[in-house]
Amino acid sequence: MFEYAFMVNAFAASGVVALVAGLVGYFLVMREQTFAGHALSHVGFTGATGAVLLGIAPLWGLVGFTLLAGVGMGMLGGRLAGRDVAIGVVLSLSLGFGLLFLHFYTAYATQATALLFGNVLGVDHPTLVVLVVLGAVCLTALAFILRPLVFATLQPELAEAKGISLRRVGVVFLGVVALATAACAQIVGVLLVFTLMVGPAAAAQNLTGRLGRGLALAALLALAQAWLGLTLAYYTNWPTSFWITALSAAVYGLSVLAQRR
Amino acid sequence: MSEPALEFEQVTLSLPGRTVLQDVSLRIDAGQFVGVLGPNGAGKTTLMRALLGLVSPSAGNIRVLGEALGKYAARGNPRIGYMPQTRSSAVGRRLRGRDFVTCAAYGQRWGRPWGDASVRHAVDRALEKVGAETLAQRPLADMSGGERQRLLLAQCLLGEPDILLLDEPLISLDPTHQKGVVDLVRQVQRDWGITVLFSAHELNPLLGALDRVLYLGHGRAALGTVDEVITGPVLSRLYGAPIEVERIHGRIFVMSGDCEVEKMDHQHDV
Repeated sequence: MFEYAFMVNAFAASGVVALVAGLVGYFLVMREQTFAGHALSHVGFTGATGAVLLGIAPLWGLVGFTLLAGVGMGMLGGRLAGRDVAIGVVLSLSLGFGLLFLHFYTAYATQATALLFGNVLGVDHPTLVVLVVLGAVCLTALAFILRPLVFATLQPELAEAKGISLRRVGVVFLGVVALATAACAQIVGVLLVFTLMVGPAAAAQNLTGRLGRGLALAALLALAQAWLGLTLAYYTNWPTSFWITALSAAVYGLSVLAQRR
Repeated sequence: MSEPALEFEQVTLSLPGRTVLQDVSLRIDAGQFVGVLGPNGAGKTTLMRALLGLVSPSAGNIRVLGEALGKYAARGNPRIGYMPQTRSSAVGRRLRGRDFVTCAAYGQRWGRPWGDASVRHAVDRALEKVGAETLAQRPLADMSGGERQRLLLAQCLLGEPDILLLDEPLISLDPTHQKGVVDLVRQVQRDWGITVLFSAHELNPLLGALDRVLYLGHGRAALGTVDEVITGPVLSRLYGAPIEVERIHGRIFVMSGDCEVEKMDHQHDV
């Protein structure tokens, strides 16, 4: 299957995105902010459709809107905790606006499907370059805040007493999540970002209690899901995103069983 | 023993909407085990947060180990170990105990979270001090409340502080585990000669270990030995209501009318 350039691009793009999603997702799960991550991807949908309407590449609309929303959520900080309803309202409003923008831009229905459910086989070389840059920015920022992030996540009050600004850590982290979400949406679509970001990370946290191993496992599982999903899609001709979600659910399910034993 | 660890000079501490301490002056000597008691909302947690520089006094001065607080306000005081009352949400997770303890070692610095040899050594030493080397290999979720408390204590001992602020370490523990935690803190406190502020709802579990009692209530504070502070007149002033103190078989009951005051607090806490 590697004789096709689009398959090579797809493997490279999904590989980069899976690594980033697995690592960022590990902390998203640990911080119990998965719903915020989900909301970010929906806000990204508004940005992407708005960008299409303005004649800009949807990826930039996606990146711009998720980043803005991520930083905004981080600034609200603790006040956002437990505000599932507020996040839910913003989330559906975003999808609503996205729909409105698509309504004005009548040309493509495929555009909507690609945004919502991903189009990894359509990744061209310039998009791949952008994804690699996004991934590098995410991982660099994550490496930089790693230690305070873990401390602030596991023992927030103690971290505050040691002089860590919980808000600053929260803003930088949600900024990273926003970029990872935008990258992830290119592969599996805004509706299925969870499948690469949360599934592997949650499974990894069920399987090991060690921080370093957990991180590595989350990245590996995400990578395996993405590549195996692509391979299965190639041979069955079913959508890649379906296979990735199926594998994600299977791995998570097995991790729950393994934990029970 | 006469070196002051903590000094309050006419300190007033306020939270939005209420005054927690009003014009309080006191001095706690180094190397003492001080039980911090008082009704809910009396300011036990606020007092500790003030010592950490997280709440600034609206009047007066606080000195920790002879130094004014101001310089620590933004970056934390490395000579103070702190166990917050709010239990981390991490306790229900599969996370290995040791990794949880390690997160607090130099957690304020940039870098990777699992640490180098010096961090590992500091963690080993803290775990050894509380006898939790084997325990720390297990996930937090599989531990009992008393075992988790042991790890939290190890976490505060990282960096070998001179002062420990323990906010309600006995909450939701059964009497056996309560005794275990008090004895362990007492032992660490004696071995290392550190000053401990240990807040609690009930006086009795602490009775054997205490050097001094700091009793808070109605914006006021009383510091002294158990016999000096736990008396009808002193507590009546702090509660703003008539209080009687009964001693039965070495245990002390603080009564307001027919009710036991500490039990009333427990009900409010739910």
